[in-house]
Amino acid sequence: MIEVLKPGLLTTIQDLGRTGFQQYGVSVSGSIDHLAHKVANLLAGNESGAALIEITLTGPHLRFHGQTLLSICGADFSPTINGVPQPLWKPLRVDEGDILRFGTPKEGCRAYLAVAGGIEVPEVMGSHSTYLRTGIGGYRGRALQKGDRLTVGTPSCLAKEMSNELSMNPQTDWSIPYELIGHARSRAIRIMPGNEHGHFQKESREALFNQSYTVSPRSDRMGCRLSGPALQTETHRDMISEAVTTGTIQVPPDGQPIVLLADRQTTGGYPRIAEVASIDLPRVAQAKPGDELRFAPITHEEAQRLYLRRERQLRELRQGISLKYV
Amino acid sequence: MDYSLRPLGDHALVIEAGSSIDHATHVKVRSICSAIEEADPAWITDIVPAFTTVTLHYDPMKLEHPDRLPYETVMNRIHTILSSIPPGAEEEPRTIEIPVCYGGDFGPDLESVAEWNDLTPEKVIELHSGSPYLVHMIGFSPGFPYLGGMPEEIATPRRKEPRLRVPRGSVGIAGSQTGIYPLESPGGWQLIGRTPVALFDTQACPPGILQAGDRLRFKPITPQEYKEMEASR
Repeated sequence: MIEVLKPGLLTTIQDLGRTGFQQYGVSVSGSIDHLAHKVANLLAGNESGAALIEITLTGPHLRFHGQTLLSICGADFSPTINGVPQPLWKPLRVDEGDILRFGTPKEGCRAYLAVAGGIEVPEVMGSHSTYLRTGIGGYRGRALQKGDRLTVGTPSCLAKEMSNELSMNPQTDWSIPYELIGHARSRAIRIMPGNEHGHFQKESREALFNQSYTVSPRSDRMGCRLSGPALQTETHRDMISEAVTTGTIQVPPDGQPIVLLADRQTTGGYPRIAEVASIDLPRVAQAKPGDELRFAPITHEEAQRLYLRRERQLRELRQGISLKYV
Repeated sequence: MDYSLRPLGDHALVIEAGSSIDHATHVKVRSICSAIEEADPAWITDIVPAFTTVTLHYDPMKLEHPDRLPYETVMNRIHTILSSIPPGAEEEPRTIEIPVCYGGDFGPDLESVAEWNDLTPEKVIELHSGSPYLVHMIGFSPGFPYLGGMPEEIATPRRKEPRLRVPRGSVGIAGSQTGIYPLESPGGWQLIGRTPVALFDTQACPPGILQAGDRLRFKPITPQEYKEMEASR
């Protein structure tokens, strides 16, 4: 059991999303950074889609009742256990009564805390994700609050082996390949032209690649709102609404683009200038207010190829961890 | 059947059935959805029907192939599924009545919609509630219906700056479309009224009271009637 001593800014339970209900207008939700989510679970001996804790900018203080294996991936919010600083992207072990705290946000926007066995919350419409706008799923449909008590599921055999090993050697002698998790800050976010790309003025299409955009404080789980050179269409025409996807960059009439994230609406009526390649969505997920983003073009084919390669790397990582311990 | 395919990001594909909001396109969209639902491929994670399109969200990892990208495989399979559609019989649609209190606090943009179109607010209400609508799709937010059949005389562009909070039940206009916000959410539509009826309930199965293909009629009510209906909910 995990006791919430302090909830942090926005701490929610998420899995990889609620699919199958978009035709009723239900958002997919789920973790914003799927890469950090999946790796966090693998390091805690879980299936990659298990429910975990998503932490935004200001982290919670949590007390663990019972010994358990955990891992923290994604943003660096200076985590400590009983005051001792802890590494990210590593399996960690806590004992009865240990307190995990998050401190100064150093880098990134969202951290993922996976606990061996996963967080146990009732399944709503096939998912454990918190869908904040409707108040369903996750822990009572809301962000965690002081005094909440989270139930943890049964750890896998792999988690038990990893935990035993850590009790003897508190540091693992291996780490996640940098190629997989390295967030090169200077690298541009790769995007594909959207369906209404051609409706935009030539200068706007160029500005998207030549200028940088700042992440607005009005960003949330629904969308990463950007501010920068206004993007304008050639003529004003209202498009016929249709489906959008996670990573769609839509442009309302004020010309300031919005990258749609996990809690996005299912359909939209604003022109879509581009879609972010799935491979780079974790980088958008980790962009915090004030950060600058730059964009670069990628073909649809290359985006799919790179996505498949990363998923295969995750599969290999999972196999590698299993072989090491079992 | 004529249609074209295009990608939406690297995890979804759009089947375009037509280019304008009309009955024939709607019937095509419905039969595409039925054919795909019947085939029920495991690689599809979501089907989203819209006015002129059907979007399929898919899992590329379920379409791994040594020398073919997932998108190519999806296109081939869609062509196979859609080539088997027989000339379908149309189902009789349901008609659902939605009570709306127009103007005032319930519809803060009613005046500006009237002004934009050189009409009186009363005429806007008369036109908006005069004819039945077709529910083309549910989207944007849970249970939000996109309705076809709004008179062009009251078409008004979206607001320049979207509102961060639109109250639940709000009825709005965007371009030549009209719709209802089932939950409080951000949005850029011109708000002309509000309904006390709950359009979305997570406990219900399916969770929305409206479905693509339904007919809908707006019935003007007074603020007093609104309060009574809201109280009895």
